[in-house]
Amino acid sequence: MLQLNNIEVIYDNVILVLRGVSIEAPEGAITTVLGANGAGKTTMLKAISGLLRPERGDVSRGSIEFNGERIDRMLPHQIVRNGIVQVFEGRRVFEHLTAEENLIAGGHILPSAAKLKQNMELVYEYFPRLSERRDIQAGYLSGGEQQMLAVGRALMSEPNYVLLDEPSLGLAPMIVQEIFGRIQRLRDEQNVSFLLVEQNAKLALEIADAGYVMENGAIVLEGQASQLRDNADIKEFYLGMSGEDRKSFRDVKHYRRRKRWLA
Amino acid sequence: MSGETQFFVELVSNGFLTGLMYSLVAVGFVLIYKSTDAINFAQGEFCMIAAIIVASTMTLYGFPLWAAVGISLIFMLGFNLGLERFVLRPMIGRPVVAIIMATIGLALMFRGLGPLVFGAETRPINLPIEQAPVIWGPFFMSQIDILGAAISVLFLAVFGWFFLKSRKGVAMRAVADSHQVSMAMGINVERYFALAWMLAGLVALLGGIVWGNAIGVDTQLAQLGLKVFPVVILGGLDSIIGCIVGGLIVGVCEAIAAGYLDPIVGGGTKDFTPYVLMILVLMIRPYGMFGKPIIERI
Repeated sequence: MLQLNNIEVIYDNVILVLRGVSIEAPEGAITTVLGANGAGKTTMLKAISGLLRPERGDVSRGSIEFNGERIDRMLPHQIVRNGIVQVFEGRRVFEHLTAEENLIAGGHILPSAAKLKQNMELVYEYFPRLSERRDIQAGYLSGGEQQMLAVGRALMSEPNYVLLDEPSLGLAPMIVQEIFGRIQRLRDEQNVSFLLVEQNAKLALEIADAGYVMENGAIVLEGQASQLRDNADIKEFYLGMSGEDRKSFRDVKHYRRRKRWLA
Repeated sequence: MSGETQFFVELVSNGFLTGLMYSLVAVGFVLIYKSTDAINFAQGEFCMIAAIIVASTMTLYGFPLWAAVGISLIFMLGFNLGLERFVLRPMIGRPVVAIIMATIGLALMFRGLGPLVFGAETRPINLPIEQAPVIWGPFFMSQIDILGAAISVLFLAVFGWFFLKSRKGVAMRAVADSHQVSMAMGINVERYFALAWMLAGLVALLGGIVWGNAIGVDTQLAQLGLKVFPVVILGGLDSIIGCIVGGLIVGVCEAIAAGYLDPIVGGGTKDFTPYVLMILVLMIRPYGMFGKPIIERI
């Protein structure tokens, strides 16, 4: 169980980005956090993976617990060893390394070369396309392949939890379907848990078990994925369905007023 | 074989050996650049310090060669580790220019401190090698140059293997590619910085011994850094193979220029040939012959 207890994140000692965020991501499940640009989703993931400090951010209040142990003071590489690994927004593959070398770097913490080989085969099994492209420099792979590589690279360290930051960004719908399908399979077959941050609410709620909605650095709504899918406000604000007939621009004001409770 | 060809072959073979010795120093720049993205302008001074320690422990205190090398090695590893820890690590995340300026400052400091501590006179490093040249067919080479070249080839091969095949080497290249992402992969980035600087210290020691043996040990040895810089730029700042090829090209061209042009212009061509080559290569490939081009997906 990965738990965020009322955490507050401040950048540069002045800029308050997260204002008391509490989240629970149970084992073996896909938990999604939805929200618009700048809501603080990426900051939350970086807080978990320990990558705030190099950016002069700090978890100033609250705690992050992983299986009962506090991890918010740990260094990034210690957190990976504890079984939590982040997949960055925008893929961020090591461009000048080949696909296979990317996987080797991803399995850096593994104790033996045999284990490395074994995990690599597993990644190739889930993403056969990577196997075909293993000797190609990652910078020259297509966007979809890079995203698969980024997910595969994270899996190399045998994580319990994978933090996925907008895996659908900039990819064709078919590729996104494929990747999301693999994520579901990984949850079901390998018992990997995911914390999925997305702007694409429709897709995320399709595969997630539970979800949260974040706005302006705070959680404003939470529930099972099925509940969220049926929630009238989510439908309207995030899924683009108003339930009624087509909406005219006259109603935008009405939208604003109704949304105020969220902030 | 006519005298003319004989002269040419001799120039090329000597240039070849000198070139490999350049490569050994050049690899020090590459090691740092590959993992930290900064250029260490103090690499020549590292060589000087390592060589001064070897030479002075031998001549002043009468240590045997192996002990002198051991002392120098321990000193260089510790020294570079401290440098990384206290000077360069606090600068992580600063603009690369700031790090480069810091290394230039260090270089000047060492150049002053070296003679202050150990004295300014030129000392020899005597390797147990005969002065008589080796004559093998048309080739006419000094044994010291051959030994220097052999050490270079051996270590270049080891470093090449390390970066291309070993897991630590791959991790080091990953660190060079992106510090942040490497951290997120569980790579202890700071430890790899330290490793890179220690390796640079080791290479500096080897280069210092080989070159100190060839030209004697004093502050002039620090000029090696500047001398080798064209090799690094020519080959590409992040390529071991580039180091070797760049070193060979510079060594051979330099020897040929010195052999044919010096009698006409009265000397000095050896010093600027590398820079002319460097500028020519940069016009065609701005990232050097084997450097990594910037990948841009369209």
